[in-house]
Amino acid sequence: MSLDHHLDDATLLQYACGNLDEAFTVVVATHVAMCDTCRHAVRQAEELGGGVLEDVGTAELEVGSFEHLMLRIADQPAEIAPAATVPHVSGDVPAPLVRHLGPDLDAVRWRSIAPGVRKHVIKQNSASKSSLYMLHIAPGMAVPEHGHGGSELTLILSGSYTDVFGTFRRGDIADLDEHVEHQPIVDGDLPCICLVATEAPTRFKGFFSRLLQPLTGI
Amino acid sequence: MQAAWRVDEIEDNSVPETDAHVLLMSDIAGNQDREAFKALFLHFGPRIKSLMLKSGARPEQAEDIVQIVMMTVWRKVHLYAPDRGSVSAWIFTIARNARIDRLRRGSSQAYTDIDDLEIVSDEPDGEDRMFASQRTQKVAKALSELPEDQRQIIQLAFMEDISQSEIAAKLALPLGTVKSRMRLAYAKLKNKLEDLK
Repeated sequence: MSLDHHLDDATLLQYACGNLDEAFTVVVATHVAMCDTCRHAVRQAEELGGGVLEDVGTAELEVGSFEHLMLRIADQPAEIAPAATVPHVSGDVPAPLVRHLGPDLDAVRWRSIAPGVRKHVIKQNSASKSSLYMLHIAPGMAVPEHGHGGSELTLILSGSYTDVFGTFRRGDIADLDEHVEHQPIVDGDLPCICLVATEAPTRFKGFFSRLLQPLTGI
Repeated sequence: MQAAWRVDEIEDNSVPETDAHVLLMSDIAGNQDREAFKALFLHFGPRIKSLMLKSGARPEQAEDIVQIVMMTVWRKVHLYAPDRGSVSAWIFTIARNARIDRLRRGSSQAYTDIDDLEIVSDEPDGEDRMFASQRTQKVAKALSELPEDQRQIIQLAFMEDISQSEIAAKLALPLGTVKSRMRLAYAKLKNKLEDLK
């Protein structure tokens, strides 16, 4: 898939290091599953990991470590990994998200949080300070102009929106840090469905919006 | 830096070590060759252990993670594709995933889902096997040529497994500076690797 909006290189490196928390990892992986460019870029960042591993120094292993390993392998045979087990993707939900959402966007159970805005919170396995959720925003809706309390990743799964950075369509990702302020407006006739990870609660800029925030919980 | 290039565990000195790793992998995949696996283990085991110790593992935990990582290498060796990356990068990703699962009590499932996708659907990069050693050398060179402030951040991120906010706090730097140094370091690596094509 050819996309217009990709990950920030710093985010991509953090992902390759394995340092992102669960919410951010899921959003990055879902974008990477949809984006050939970023998949290639992640592999290059992982080469850096290989270089660091070569360079990390050595720590002496326990005596008989290899023999012990071969005994463990012999004890647990059967598990030669299958060639590949791609999660079944029947609908429009990319593989890394299927485990959290199921295979079908139409089957998501939305909760209305404001006129034209619906939300679905994704349960995380680990204790994480970041939140992971989906938004379903009606056509023509404008999300109040807002800055961010921390980093935020927004991945478009369906429909599109436009803000000062351009138009974001399926597969595009908005990788924003705390200094950015933007006001996305949903384009066309279809709702925009996106997957979002936020590091801290988003702070709306306007007074009215700030009043709304406790209600919307975005 | 030099230690990585010393051919100390492999008999045949005519083969650069990193090519030798690719050959070892194909011997393990093709013949379940234990001697080849042992050579690979003797090279990577102590490095994986060192990585885990730097990530905060206790010694016995680090030893156990080495075993788990190398067990995964043995079982998944047939999934390694030299045209996608070096042996050390591949083993790094297995170690990273084990670190997430074992040390961080998280889940590396998202990463393995991407691996599985790649195996089935990705087009090869055209960076075939004859480039495997070149690629590793380019990465080593890129790392060694980084300015100290950038290398420090890359090493903290990959070795000690701490987030960019934690790096910023540890080095008393603004988060934006940490991010821009990461971007600069990564851009240099990309330049080096794109030269190969």
